[in-house]
Amino acid sequence: MNDHTVKAFDDELHLLVAKISEMGGIAESMVARSVTALISADKGIGQAVVAEDKMLDALQMEVDDQVVLLIAKRQPMAQDLREAIAALRMATDIERIGDLGKNIARRSFQIEDNLPPKKLLRGLQHLTDVSLEQLKDALDAYAGKDLVKANAVWERDDEIDSLYTSLFRELLTYMMEDPRTITYCTHLLFCAKNLERIGDHITNLCESINYMITGDYQMTAEAAE
Amino acid sequence: MNMLTTKQQEDVLSKMTPNPVKISGKDVCVFYGEKQALFDVNLDIPERQVTALIGPSGCGKSTFLRCLNRMNDTIDICRVEGHISLDDKNIYDRDIDVVELRARVGMVFQKPNPFPKSIFENIAYGPRIHGLVRSKSDLEEVVETSLQRAGLFDEVKDRLHEAGTGLSGGQQQRLCIARAIAVSPEVILMDEPCSALDPIATAKVEELIDELRENYTIVIVTHSMQQAARVSQQTAMFHLGNLVEIGDTDTIFTNPTDQKTKDYITGRYG
Repeated sequence: MNDHTVKAFDDELHLLVAKISEMGGIAESMVARSVTALISADKGIGQAVVAEDKMLDALQMEVDDQVVLLIAKRQPMAQDLREAIAALRMATDIERIGDLGKNIARRSFQIEDNLPPKKLLRGLQHLTDVSLEQLKDALDAYAGKDLVKANAVWERDDEIDSLYTSLFRELLTYMMEDPRTITYCTHLLFCAKNLERIGDHITNLCESINYMITGDYQMTAEAAE
Repeated sequence: MNMLTTKQQEDVLSKMTPNPVKISGKDVCVFYGEKQALFDVNLDIPERQVTALIGPSGCGKSTFLRCLNRMNDTIDICRVEGHISLDDKNIYDRDIDVVELRARVGMVFQKPNPFPKSIFENIAYGPRIHGLVRSKSDLEEVVETSLQRAGLFDEVKDRLHEAGTGLSGGQQQRLCIARAIAVSPEVILMDEPCSALDPIATAKVEELIDELRENYTIVIVTHSMQQAARVSQQTAMFHLGNLVEIGDTDTIFTNPTDQKTKDYITGRYG
């Protein structure tokens, strides 16, 4: 697409994309480190993640302000308007992803001396890896305005859901076998639930990207073609 | 449960059942001497809706607008080809009375151009020469209702016999709209009606357009994208004498199809 006649308009839109990407990067790292904090019962990492959430909140407000100002100043139309609205929505979803990361990090404070056996953590780590990969792909799709990629991520959300379901069953089995594991298994279960919620926010991100590119709310397999 | 207002219901209905076509342009070509200004434009104007014509300067939107009441006849070197029908009757047929046509298809221009007469006479002139009124009281009634419909009556009722040119720009423009309404037209053409007005006067004219569309078919040329988005239900985008995109306004301004429309409405043109 051509540049705007008013160069500052382009700059403002680019800045918005940069802000969203920055937020995405922070959320990604928060989620990754929150699970590390939980798995290794590392309070230090956990506290760092909790502190980082404030930064994400501040960035979300900045995006809000920028979009409001952009609408007031430039009265964006068509693609530009959709970019502004998509940024607004995505900032909200990314901020929620950060919140969920913070929740996971907080659990690391509670299970410090109560480390679960390694084999219990493998499933959780896998769910984390898949979620983070999805998040990264969604952010790449946004930066590259890649509809095909956004659609692919959106369709892969089922994977996160089924991983969560199987992890839930696994943890339930452990708890029934050995009631002493109930405390930390419950923590892990909440953590898994948070990751599943993160997956839902990632699908929202994809829907916003789809709206930004096509103007449609409905995500369909055909849209990717 | 939320109740829809009558107007909202009408808006929903109008989207479901498109209004009948009031004016239909088929293969309209316009030449100014050797130079062709419009190329095979096919455009239907639905009844009792606002159609906005947008596009960069020199794209032919005003030329097309002026074809609709044969204002182009006044330009010697101008030649119009193709068909333009009003209620299925070709307005370029030989048996068409141009004066009567222009009474049916009124026009409001960019710069307010009241006659150098009183406010009353500005409105009364048209109905009088067209023989639309029988008595003085009839005429007074037409003047009052026209001014009321144009949202101007309360502001001028105590000075109807003062000069129309003494009004503010926005009031003058609404006076011109009242003058156009006074001869009971079916269609009102507006060529950038707000470009000489301040935001408050603009808002009043836009509010007026919204009310007028209940009774009149309106075609408006505007350079303000926001105005087109606000006042119209259908938008036509012109570029270099061609109609490049036509669609319902909500779609044109959020998700246009044509690249030229995209570039133009987002400020990327040229």
